[in-house]
Amino acid sequence: MVFSIPKDSQSVSELKEFYRQMVLIRKFEEAAAKAYSVGKIGGFLHLYIGQEAVGVGSIAALTPKDYIVSTYRDHGHALARGLNPKPLMAELFGKGTGISKGNGGSMHFFDRNAHFMGGHGIVGGHISLAAGIAFASKYKKEDSVTICFFGEGAANIGSFHEGLNLAAIWKLPVVFICENNHYAMGTPEYRALAVKDVSVRAYAYDMARDHIEGDEVRKVKDHVQVAVERARRGEGPTLIEVSTYRFRGHSMSDPAKYRTKEELEAYKKKDPLMRARHELELGGIKTEELDKMDLEIQSQIDEAYQYAETSPEPPLSQLHKYVYAEDK
Amino acid sequence: MAILTYREALNRAMVEEMEKDLSIYLMGEEVGHYQGAYKVSQGMLDKFGEERVIDTPISENGFAGIGVGSAMVGLRPIIEFMTWNFSLVAIDQIINSAAKMNYMSGGQFPMPIVFRGAGGAGGRLGAQHSQAFESWYAHCPGLKVVCPATPKDAYGLLKSSIRDNNPTIFIESEVLYGSKGEVPEQEFTIPLGLGEIKRKGTDITLVTWSRALGFAEEAAGILEKEGISVEIVDLRSLRPLDENLIYESVKKTNRAVVVEEGWPVAGFGAQIAYLIQKNAFSYLDHPVERVTQMDVPMSYAANLERLSLPNATRVADTIREMLQ
Ligand SMILES: Cc1ncc(C[n+]2csc(CCOP(=O)(O)OP(=O)(O)O)c2C)c(N)n1
Repeated sequence: MVFSIPKDSQSVSELKEFYRQMVLIRKFEEAAAKAYSVGKIGGFLHLYIGQEAVGVGSIAALTPKDYIVSTYRDHGHALARGLNPKPLMAELFGKGTGISKGNGGSMHFFDRNAHFMGGHGIVGGHISLAAGIAFASKYKKEDSVTICFFGEGAANIGSFHEGLNLAAIWKLPVVFICENNHYAMGTPEYRALAVKDVSVRAYAYDMARDHIEGDEVRKVKDHVQVAVERARRGEGPTLIEVSTYRFRGHSMSDPAKYRTKEELEAYKKKDPLMRARHELELGGIKTEELDKMDLEIQSQIDEAYQYAETSPEPPLSQLHKYVYAEDK
Repeated sequence: MAILTYREALNRAMVEEMEKDLSIYLMGEEVGHYQGAYKVSQGMLDKFGEERVIDTPISENGFAGIGVGSAMVGLRPIIEFMTWNFSLVAIDQIINSAAKMNYMSGGQFPMPIVFRGAGGAGGRLGAQHSQAFESWYAHCPGLKVVCPATPKDAYGLLKSSIRDNNPTIFIESEVLYGSKGEVPEQEFTIPLGLGEIKRKGTDITLVTWSRALGFAEEAAGILEKEGISVEIVDLRSLRPLDENLIYESVKKTNRAVVVEEGWPVAGFGAQIAYLIQKNAFSYLDHPVERVTQMDVPMSYAANLERLSLPNATRVADTIREMLQ
């Protein structure tokens, strides 16, 4: 493995910040998995563990006015956006203090203020929503850019093709980021995609494309940055494929028997967190400092867990609320 | 009699039918190598091979259309939707192609296709993954809609659906997959359109189907202790509908309540209430009542999900009020 050692203090502190965010996501999800296994979290729980560098690197290329659209695997994207882990954890616990007031759960984090435009549960359906958000930015002559995350499985659904084509013909300011973790549930990519390289599909829409490895967080940021700037200049969308891997099953209920232990172990050697940590050490950061950082993040997560656990359930009067918007 | 789970009964029905008829194939996401997202197709890939147990990418509209096209030229597809929530991506093919094909071709193209998969509200899966779809599909002429509540019914009705020359919407209950029941070892079928009295009673007729049968039976048990005798009509299929079974029961009890998992507005229970007042009006001592899911999307929060879903307490309360 070739390591890209951060040379100056600016790149060290950037990588440190990325590392902090990735550890936050990892620990958040480890806590969530624990809560799920003792029944404190219900429904589906799709973990992002292994893919952290994609969300963190991509979202680092955005400004607060930009938009993010996510899937049911949304915890990492939300945390990378800087959302407070407390209301996120509370959402997983189905509490009234949750980011979607307990109505959404793991798959449906939303934060209007943070331009976090939701976790969405129907595969690929959100890709045209992202195009729509970008359409509105263009319509309103705002220079916001939207990035939309999805898996390679979603690239087979109609909404992907229609969304990309519309985005391309109208030069919408959107970056489509395919997090290719090589499996859609139990289906490996070779059984689902006629052309395995999803980014190649950009040619069909005369769209810019890129394809990168997702274990190196700063590289993800640099590449996404190029696409974001292109979108902001009004030069239209980009399709970026980021190759990555999920260390856990598709969701907590999936034992992931369809892949080998060797494959998993090989990918674990490319763990983006380990990589970032190692590069920080090569860049002169002391192990003790990183350990201390890990501990601080752990206590932040413990606090979030505590907060979620002790928060009240939503009031029963909430049942009929929010079905329709309130009059202004 | 064998004791089978609901999922095993479905599996047995498909296996037996596929063994007999080469034109039947099973297609859907994760039906093969993964053995089914809900394990309904467990073992079928090994038995029938990749030509007949076919894994698809996430392309519901595409593979629903492939099913319809192949049925036009003589195949008998079973198309599995991982859950019915995802069938919405394919609803154009189901309604505009499958349901209307025989009609618009003047009877040239019968459509022997079964669309099946998990339906209803699961354990805290939230708004996009918890919904009962039978009312949506029962709305469309050309489709048959089947909603079994027991392993025995699941087995007998799935076999009939597979043999039927019409597009069948076969909605399995996600929460019933693990439930157990007796299924005769001898092969049998249950005709579509034949309901069943699941419990005999004299004071009130409770009309229901699928998972809501459980709420109904629980409520009937509670009420029995209070001296109230509930007759439960399990429709089993909504299209065709066993109307006479409902009327016969209402003539005896003079009261009816419909219990269903879906939303109230324009739900199938409204149709049943209409039919009862139209065809058994003079026998009624009380307006037909309904117990449904609350008129809201499903919340993730445990307490709100509980409040939202129909349950035995709500059924029992409704019946007590009707009998006052
Ligand atoms: C339209 C639709 N079909 C099926 C599903 C069930 N489902 C949820 S996630 C998933 C796999 C998606 O894989 P991919 O897009 O590669 O994303 P990943 O989970 O790998 O992040 C499937 C089949 C769904 N939610 N929506």
